[in-house]
Amino acid sequence: MDIAFATIKELRKLLNTKQISAVELAKEFLSRIKEYDQDLRSFITVTEEQALAQAREADRAIAAGEAEMFTGIPFAAKDLFSTRGIKTTAASKILENFQPVYDATVIRKLKDQKAILLGKTNLDQFAHGSSTETSYFGPTHNPWHRDRIPGGSSGGSAAAVAASLAPFALATETGGSIRQPASLCGISGWKPTYGRVSRYGVIAMASSADSIGTFARTVEDLALTAEILSGFDPKDSTTSKKDIAPWSDMLSGSLDDCKIGVPKEYFVSGIEPDVEKRVKEAIEEIRKLGAKIQSVSLPLTMFGSMVYAIVTPSEVSSNLSRYDGIRYGYVTKEARDLYEIYAKTRGEGFGDEAKRRIMTGTYALSAGYRDQYYLKSQKVRRLIVNGFSEVFKQVDILLCPSSPNVAIKIGSAADDPLFGYIADQLNIPAALAGLPALSIPCGFGKPKDGEDVKLPVGLQIIGPQWGEEKIFQVGHAYQQVTEFHKMRPRNL
Amino acid sequence: MSISIDDVKHIAKLARIELREDELEKFRADLNKILGYIEVLKTVNTDGVEPLAQVTGLQNAFREDQSENSGLQKDIVKNAPESERGFIKVKKVF
Repeated sequence: MDIAFATIKELRKLLNTKQISAVELAKEFLSRIKEYDQDLRSFITVTEEQALAQAREADRAIAAGEAEMFTGIPFAAKDLFSTRGIKTTAASKILENFQPVYDATVIRKLKDQKAILLGKTNLDQFAHGSSTETSYFGPTHNPWHRDRIPGGSSGGSAAAVAASLAPFALATETGGSIRQPASLCGISGWKPTYGRVSRYGVIAMASSADSIGTFARTVEDLALTAEILSGFDPKDSTTSKKDIAPWSDMLSGSLDDCKIGVPKEYFVSGIEPDVEKRVKEAIEEIRKLGAKIQSVSLPLTMFGSMVYAIVTPSEVSSNLSRYDGIRYGYVTKEARDLYEIYAKTRGEGFGDEAKRRIMTGTYALSAGYRDQYYLKSQKVRRLIVNGFSEVFKQVDILLCPSSPNVAIKIGSAADDPLFGYIADQLNIPAALAGLPALSIPCGFGKPKDGEDVKLPVGLQIIGPQWGEEKIFQVGHAYQQVTEFHKMRPRNL
Repeated sequence: MSISIDDVKHIAKLARIELREDELEKFRADLNKILGYIEVLKTVNTDGVEPLAQVTGLQNAFREDQSENSGLQKDIVKNAPESERGFIKVKKVF
C-alpha cells in the first residue's frame, strides 16, 4: 500500500499494528510537502518540528495502548484556524505575523487525540473568494493541472489532500468554500449543518453561515472527522446540544427506501456539458443502488447568490472591524491620530476583495439603504430556507452538481467582483439555509476554455438540517461502486 | 441608483478605510457592478415575510457571568503593536 494515498481508516490500522510509526508517517508527509509544495503552494506554514514532537508523543500513546481514532494521524489546517504559538495569517497582510494565544476548539479536539498538525494551508484572503488567488501569499495551484485554480476559499487544504500532502484537512465554508474546491480538486468534502461544529478560534467571515468542515479521500473518512469535530461548545453559543451519531458505523444502510430529489434549477444555463453528463451518470448509478429518483423544484435558486452578495459583505463589514491596528496585526507607520491609525492601517492592510466586501456591506447597512438591501435579502433568504423545507417533505436528500464548471485557469477571473458569487451559485443556497452537504468526485470533464484536458467533476449531496447520516450513507454507497475517489493526479 | 465617487468616499470613511485616488474609481465601478447584479432581487415578492436572522432555532444561549483567569495577559499584549507596562497603548482620542 502507498501510505501517502491511504485513508485515515487504513492508517489507523497500520499504526495500531505497528507496521508504521507516527514519526515515520509524519516524515513521509513532510517529505512529500518538501518535494511537491514548491510548485503547488498549498501551505503557508509547515510546522515540521512541532509535528515530529507530536508524532513522538503519539507513538508513546500507541505503545501504551492508549491510541484513539486520530492518534498519530497527520492533518493540515486552513490558515484561518487559530493555533497557539503558530502563525495564523488568514492569508492576509494584516495578520502576516499574528500568533494566536490559544487553539481553536477543533484544533484542540484533534490535539487531545494526538493527531499531528503538518502545517497551515493557503486560502483566499480572510476566506473572501473562490479561487485562492486573493491570498496575500499568491495562488495555490491545482494538483491535476498546475496552471489552474484549486477553487476556494479553502483551496490550499483541498490541493494538499488531492496531492496527498495530508490524509485529511480542516477547512471552512460560508458559501461554497469546501464544496467547490473539493469538486475542482477531485476529493471528498463535508460542509456540516450550521451549528454542528464549533467555530471558536476560527477567524470569522460571515457568522450567520460560517461552518467548519473537512476534506478527505473517502466519505467514510469524512464521517470519522465529523464524529470527532462535532458537538456543543460553550464557547460557541450557536453550537447544538444534539447527540453525535456514530456516523462511520452507520454507512452501510441500503438505499432501497431512499427518496432522492434532483432540483432542476441546479442544471443552470452555462453549466459545462461534461459536468452535466457526469452528474447525471452519477445519479443514474445511485438509482441502480435502489434509490428512488424524482425531479424537484427550488425556484428561488438563482436568487441565492444575490442574497449572499448582500448578507455576507454586511456581516464581513462588522466582523472585520476588529482589524484596527490596536490590539494585534499590521499597523500603519504614519498616523497622527486615532482615526488615521484605523483608516490607514485598514487602507494599507486589506487586499482589494476585503475592501470591496467591507464597503459593500457598509453601504448595505447604512442609513437609508438597510431596508432596501439587507432586510430585503434576509426576507428572500427566509423564502429560500422555506423552499428547502418544502422539498425535504417529499425527498430525503438532493443530488446536483457541486460547481457548474471544472477548474478554470489561474488569472482568468482575476478582479471580477462577481466571480465568486457566480462560481458558488450552486453552493450558496444550502449554505444560507445552514444545510449539511458533501461534494464527492464523480468523473472528469473538459473545461469550456477548449483546452484538451480532463479535470475533476463533483457530485453534490445536500441533506436536510441535521441530516448528516443520510448524506454520508448515500456518498459512501456511491464510493463502494465507483473508483473516481481513488484517482490520483499524475506525477505525484 | 448608482454610486458616485463621493458616495465611495463616504462609505470608505464610515468603514475606516483610507483609499488611494486610483482606488476610488475602481471601487465605484465594482460597487455599481455588484448593486446591478442584485437589482433583480427586487422582483421577488416578500410581502409579509419576516427577515431571517439565523437558522439554528436556538434562543437565548445564556451562561453564568463568571470571570476566569486565562493566564495569557503577557502573550496577548505581546501581539499589540504598542504597549507599556502590560497595557495596550493607543493614541489619544481627543
